[in-house]
Amino acid sequence: MKDHNNCRQILLVEDNPGDAKLALEALKVGRLRYEAHVVEDGEQAMGFLRREGEYVHAPRPDLILLDLNLPKKDGRKVLTEIKEHENLKRIPVVIFTVSKAEEDVLKAYDLRANCYIIKPLDVEQLFKIVKSIEDFWFTVVQLPPDGERE
Amino acid sequence: LAEIKSDDNLKRIPVVILTVSKAEEDILKSYNLHANCYITKPIDMEQFIKVVKSIEDFWFTIVKLPPDGAK
Repeated sequence: MKDHNNCRQILLVEDNPGDAKLALEALKVGRLRYEAHVVEDGEQAMGFLRREGEYVHAPRPDLILLDLNLPKKDGRKVLTEIKEHENLKRIPVVIFTVSKAEEDVLKAYDLRANCYIIKPLDVEQLFKIVKSIEDFWFTVVQLPPDGERE
Repeated sequence: LAEIKSDDNLKRIPVVILTVSKAEEDILKSYNLHANCYITKPIDMEQFIKVVKSIEDFWFTIVKLPPDGAK
């Protein structure tokens, strides 16, 4: 496995390249160091997490930002699979989506999303929200230590 | 935590573990039991207030909480 040293690893699951680019920009302006990885659909997300195929050297993410409406494998399905997986379930998953539908919110929490955040359409707001996610999860919260262990 | 997170009606309520413990096994176990996040309680009063304020800001202004949970 590649040495991904002390750098925090973020997996961004986002099918809209424009949104992914903006989120990455927002993470870049933060003061902390990250390595952010973008995958565009649910199948790629699970491939990355399970280190299959081209993702055989993928790092284990410290945090996952997951959109709900994704091609191939839906975000709800991805969330279910992560949270039912003995080794992956403890990785915090932040649902980051434009959907404000109550049923989406409810369903996400039922499927054990760690939190649900509505993606703002306004760029300035988006930067602010991504910054808040970063601050909260990387400076306030204690993330699970070495995730590979039982 | 285990009881909340295995109760069909309660499990969706976000649970923030706020404790003085920094033990790795406590952190791991909490996430395995589906705690929404784990925060170490600072001993310093000023720091503690800052952390509580961060929790409040994040969960009440940034996050979309589950709607009426009793449904």
